[in-house]
Amino acid sequence: MDHISPVLWQFLVKWMTNFALFPPEASKIAPQMDALYFFMVLVSLVGLTLVALLITVFCILYSKERHPVAEQIEGSTLLEATWTIIPLGLFLVMFVWGALLYFRIYTPPANAMNIYVVGKQWMWKAEHPGGQHEINALHIPTGKPIQLTLISQDVFHSFSIPAFRVKREAIPGRYTSVWFEATTPGTYHLFCTQYCGTNHSAMIGEITVLTPDDYKKWLAESTSGMSLAQNGERLFASLSCNACHNAKPDARGPSLANVYGAKLALSNGGTAIADDAYLRESILNPSQHITQGYAPIMPTYQGQISEDGVIALVEYIKNLDSNYRIEQTLNTTDLLPEGDGKNSPAASRSVEQPAGQNAAPKGTVKQ
Amino acid sequence: MSSTIVSLPDQSTARIPKTNFITKENGLLSWLLTGDHKRIAVLYLISITFFFFIGGSLAGLIRLELLTPQSDLMATDTYNKVFTMHGVVMIFLFLVPSVPATLGNFLIPIMIGAKDLALPKINLLSWYLYVVGGILVIYTMVSGGVDTGWTFTTPLSTHYVNTNVMSTGLAVFIAGFSSIFTGLNFIVTIHKMRCPGMTWFRLPLFVWAHYAASILMVLGTPVLAIAIVLVALERTVGIGVFDPAKGGDPLLFQHLFWFYSHPAVYIMILPGFGVISETISTFSRKRVFGYTAVAFSSVAIAVFGFFVWAHHMFIMGISNYAVLVFSLLTMLVAVPSAIKIFNWTFTLYKGSITFETPMLYTFGFMGLFTIGGLTGVFLGASGTDIHLTETYFIVAHFHFVMVGGMLMAFLAGIHFWWPKITGRMYPEKISQLAAVVTFIGFNLTFFPQFILGTLGMPRRYAAYPPEFQVLNVFSTAGATILGVGYLLPILYLTWSLKYGEIAGSNPWQATGLEWQIQSPPLTENFIETPIMDHEAYDYEWLDRQKAKEVTSVG
Repeated sequence: MDHISPVLWQFLVKWMTNFALFPPEASKIAPQMDALYFFMVLVSLVGLTLVALLITVFCILYSKERHPVAEQIEGSTLLEATWTIIPLGLFLVMFVWGALLYFRIYTPPANAMNIYVVGKQWMWKAEHPGGQHEINALHIPTGKPIQLTLISQDVFHSFSIPAFRVKREAIPGRYTSVWFEATTPGTYHLFCTQYCGTNHSAMIGEITVLTPDDYKKWLAESTSGMSLAQNGERLFASLSCNACHNAKPDARGPSLANVYGAKLALSNGGTAIADDAYLRESILNPSQHITQGYAPIMPTYQGQISEDGVIALVEYIKNLDSNYRIEQTLNTTDLLPEGDGKNSPAASRSVEQPAGQNAAPKGTVKQ
Repeated sequence: MSSTIVSLPDQSTARIPKTNFITKENGLLSWLLTGDHKRIAVLYLISITFFFFIGGSLAGLIRLELLTPQSDLMATDTYNKVFTMHGVVMIFLFLVPSVPATLGNFLIPIMIGAKDLALPKINLLSWYLYVVGGILVIYTMVSGGVDTGWTFTTPLSTHYVNTNVMSTGLAVFIAGFSSIFTGLNFIVTIHKMRCPGMTWFRLPLFVWAHYAASILMVLGTPVLAIAIVLVALERTVGIGVFDPAKGGDPLLFQHLFWFYSHPAVYIMILPGFGVISETISTFSRKRVFGYTAVAFSSVAIAVFGFFVWAHHMFIMGISNYAVLVFSLLTMLVAVPSAIKIFNWTFTLYKGSITFETPMLYTFGFMGLFTIGGLTGVFLGASGTDIHLTETYFIVAHFHFVMVGGMLMAFLAGIHFWWPKITGRMYPEKISQLAAVVTFIGFNLTFFPQFILGTLGMPRRYAAYPPEFQVLNVFSTAGATILGVGYLLPILYLTWSLKYGEIAGSNPWQATGLEWQIQSPPLTENFIETPIMDHEAYDYEWLDRQKAKEVTSVG
């Protein structure tokens, strides 16, 4: 190696030995997915070797020098049936195995902790139930199922964590969800994998997996003072939702206490389960979702609340098990000092705060 | 015993026939206003080669940018435009018309014993539509490009980019009609213009493959046209079909787009299958193993191919049960491709094999298409699709199918029929070298991308984490070799137009009707309507013919 400079040589050695060949397995589903992946690699290798071997052997045995006159063969039903049925069987095994994984990845367990994620050009905003906000980052504990509820504010994005083997598109106008359970503390890549315009390749971040103790510490350090539901409550009051949804006998809107998860009778005769998507839709597009017995008088909030605001409202309604707080707010609205409404979350909804995850002043709602 | 089947006429006395479709008329106008399917095929060949080199140069720029983790050679916007234009040019202006519009156009009428396609003027029109589409794409490029990706995903394409979406959309719309007309022409021709005795099961498999692809062109492409018109209307007047704020559904675009664009991959690959069936039979001197299975597997692919589109949307929040159905159908569509691979392999069994350039490309096709097809199963299985989709695994998969498969088949076909089209042989040694170089370069370029995708590297990234660099450097190095592999044929094929050996009518001793007429053929193909009295790939018939010729001359 005396004709290569030692510095260059060292650089090359370092460079060539420090590259990844397989992603880390950091979630419960990752080893399961890899098992199927390696099964398929194995089948592919066997199939490819078989084809390559047959071609090579035939080329040697039946080259023109060795085998000057070809023997005409029509075909063979038996052989053709073999290479129809065996691949079909293998593909069906892969189909069933893959479908089992698919259903596991996209069916969150009931006890999963829900974190909302909003995608927008070109950042990821995560909203923890405790009110912690993060941009292009996500802190999660090990050993606890985490459900992500995703939505996009503009174009299609896709939330991908290769180390967890999960990925889900964030779509404008509808919630999608995915779940995982992290197993190994560490820092992992977060990518946007759906092409979303100019800075698509900069829409990346870090997933930080913490031990449950470290996670508690992080939660305490990063709180903004108000939980997501409390943000929702302020928004609920400032948008005057409580003017109608107040559970009074003469209320013009249905009571929202315990509505989450309930089966609702609609005025068009159908029924609907009040899940996240239903709540979101009935805020943004109320005339399509009138509960039986109420007049279609609710105005649309399309364009007036950001997706973050809708998420806060949904989280608030999800946790609403009595109308006590609503009545309290209603009774004290008249007592609020003049001008308080101007500082309300609704007034600051259009303000973007692309700051780091912990930089926001306490007590305000980041949008 | 020689190791080649090439039988050329005595070069000292042989001449290119004085009257042929090239010399029949002179002047540019005689080409631009021609109705002759062979001349139109040559026009197509020139124009798609031109666009292939534009698309290839763009691919070179992509690989250069990805040599380093940072976005340093060009701005991210420029990079986005480059990969968008690479996709648009390669798919709509190269891959879709590659084999059908050139070799298909040239050979289908001859193979079925007809004088021309059923609708010669429509055939010329489809070339002009292609050219208009091509000019619009060039206009798009010089006036600032477009950065939606070739998939035109809404709402990005309708509300969020200010680049030339309209001119690109119009280009694809118009080029789409070119492909509809080609498909329509083939279907009518194959149904109505077969010569006496040419039953469906005497058709060369090349014709079967084109028939299946034509059905896809005629039924699939209009849906793409509709999707593009809706994007245009959404962008200009905001009709709100795809806009959730207006009650539209952004997933609807995905459904419409992939309803065409999935069958489109079969539009691209089926004609390639046709080429492989011809070459593998000719160079092993045997009838294709299980002719009927190969013929019907083309049709099966065309039929199933229409019902798998939502496998592009597994992670987009379509219902879990829809995913089940589409995943299952995707597995089913993989089976006919497996059947074909094994049938071609067993065509070699007890054959008498020679290794001319088209056969080398054919072996390359079989290896690379097998890898491309099997990795498709990774993506068709819904669970692993979640991890692998939208990464370089996808990029590697479809390049193995489209470039490793289709481009290899195209080059196999071009070399195979070059003597028929031009009347002259290409130089054998250097073209064998080019085939090997292409194969090596291809694997070095795209195999590392499977690993990158498994690692999670997203596609369409101008910048990437540094630990992915080594594999990207391998890929770029491979692309350089691949570039040489593609430049070589251009050079020696051009050279051979003047200096190649005179080929004679049947240099490969092949059985197709196209090899029983002079090279280059007459404008009217046949002096008298042929009568088909034997099966396709009947080498014993060919031997009897030769014996008869020798006795009658002697």
